[in-house]
Amino acid sequence: MSEATRLSHGRIRPGLIVTWTVLFIGGLIMISPLAFMFSTSLKTADQIYDLRLIPAAPTLANYISVLADGRFMRWFFNSTLIAVLVTVSNCFFDSLVGYTLAKFEFRGRYFIFIAILSTLMIPTEMLVIPWYLMSSQLGWLDSYWGIMFPGMMTAFGTFLMKQFFETVPNDFIEAARVDGLNEFQIWWKVALPLVTPALSALAIFTFLGNWTAFFWPLIVTTSKELYTLPVGLSSFAVEQSIQWEMIMTGAAIATLPTLLVFLVLQRYIVRGVMLAGLKG
Amino acid sequence: MAAIEQQGAASGRPGSGGGLSMRTKRLLWVWSFLAVPILFYTIIRFYPTFQAFYLSLTSWDLVRPPKLVWFANYIKLFKDPQFWKVFKNTFTYLIIGTPISLVLAFTIAFFLDRVRFMHNFIRALYFLPFLTTAAAMAWVWRWFYQPPPIGVINDVFGMLGIPQQPFIRSTDQALFSIMVTAIWAGLGFQIIIFMAGLRAIPGTFYEAARIDGLGEWAILRKITLPLLKPTTVFLVVFSSIGFLRIFDQVYNMTTNDPGGPLGSTKPLVLMIYQTAFNSYAMGYAAAQTVVLFTILLIVSLLQLWILREKK
Repeated sequence: MSEATRLSHGRIRPGLIVTWTVLFIGGLIMISPLAFMFSTSLKTADQIYDLRLIPAAPTLANYISVLADGRFMRWFFNSTLIAVLVTVSNCFFDSLVGYTLAKFEFRGRYFIFIAILSTLMIPTEMLVIPWYLMSSQLGWLDSYWGIMFPGMMTAFGTFLMKQFFETVPNDFIEAARVDGLNEFQIWWKVALPLVTPALSALAIFTFLGNWTAFFWPLIVTTSKELYTLPVGLSSFAVEQSIQWEMIMTGAAIATLPTLLVFLVLQRYIVRGVMLAGLKG
Repeated sequence: MAAIEQQGAASGRPGSGGGLSMRTKRLLWVWSFLAVPILFYTIIRFYPTFQAFYLSLTSWDLVRPPKLVWFANYIKLFKDPQFWKVFKNTFTYLIIGTPISLVLAFTIAFFLDRVRFMHNFIRALYFLPFLTTAAAMAWVWRWFYQPPPIGVINDVFGMLGIPQQPFIRSTDQALFSIMVTAIWAGLGFQIIIFMAGLRAIPGTFYEAARIDGLGEWAILRKITLPLLKPTTVFLVVFSSIGFLRIFDQVYNMTTNDPGGPLGSTKPLVLMIYQTAFNSYAMGYAAAQTVVLFTILLIVSLLQLWILREKK
């Protein structure tokens, strides 16, 4: 712990009260776009010029009308399905590859590691044109697989998992071999449970990244039924033009799930971000 | 590691048990674990990378097959005034946005680290924007920036007696208005990383400094900042790459004239998007992506170089 922790334990200094107040006001400013978004989503069209955060007569009418035609439900489903499948794939493959690179000696190990790591240097934007071409030739345009395939494995996740598997003692693995587990079982039953903090960090990052992804889904989808939530919201907002209470409701629907997940898992998420940021 | 290798080598000799040796068996496991990933990285990462370089040397409209034109796309690009404008916009996001967001994030992290009362709650206030969808929040900010009586910011300005501002409707202010949105969205992440970096500094360093009679400011300059350098360099690069690739916010805040008004907010990625998927000039767009790649590569190499220098 830093020395600051100790400082605050003893006497309370006036400086600390000022610091706290300024930080608190700053925090309120940071959160205000979210507060206004939710507030306006609960207002009727004639109330939106009223700046009060607590609506005079809160109503769920906007949510009902936005959700009524089923489009948002569909986009919500698409985004959830895609984010979950891509996350599962990353947790499986990235950790399997990370484990293999960390715990086996074989010819080509270093080469494969460097090759995978080098893909970190290649920006998505450079690959979208070839991916688009590939998708159109293979009939992947406008499909779930088309949206998902570029992200099924990532170098970032592989690197993160490799770093953590290196901390798993070899004795554990040897002991499991002696017990007659095969290599896959050793990874799955012995090594993987030892790196759950890293695995949850990877899961959080992958889910969040795919849930909020905009650029590639915008390119690869053309029919509205296959839009993800961000792409759907964008098209919905353009269509609503100046009906801000409707746009805010759509934005709130796109934002709520990640915020709710955060409220439940705050400690793990913050720790995961720290882990990934420092090791990654 | 060595133990595994030795054991593998030892049991790799033609054994008594018959069938496959331990070593061969283990190698079979290794390559079966790696088979699908190798295929994936080859087809989805490496092949497209080379293809992007190749396509950048062709003229291609998706209808007729690509025609090799060598460096014509690059020559066209460097002569294109729109490209230079976009180039300038992109670097404006980077050069102004990165220092502002890092100074803000460090200041907040530095003080937040000392606050215990409601620490988690205040941290959450700063961190939550990081978890939002950029496309969704772009619309919230777009609404904030509207003229009165719709736009919240102009309403507040009105109450405080500050003149109304055009924000995203003005060629002078639009880029900075969008930049604020991007800084806001990324700040929480940077604060968390800075706080992790601050906590990694051993308390004994501070004690020693205090015994030596250093003041707060001297401790910050001589201990905190130097020891925080790896964190700072990481965040500078992370943030720079983010600004160089900015797209979601710009696209959603300027849908009626993407990159407008008058191209004043258009970043490189939006130009790439329009060249490829509005004009279908795939070869020309590929050349632009190669330029983006080169810029990002230089930024990443600079990071490695800076970190190596002082070891």
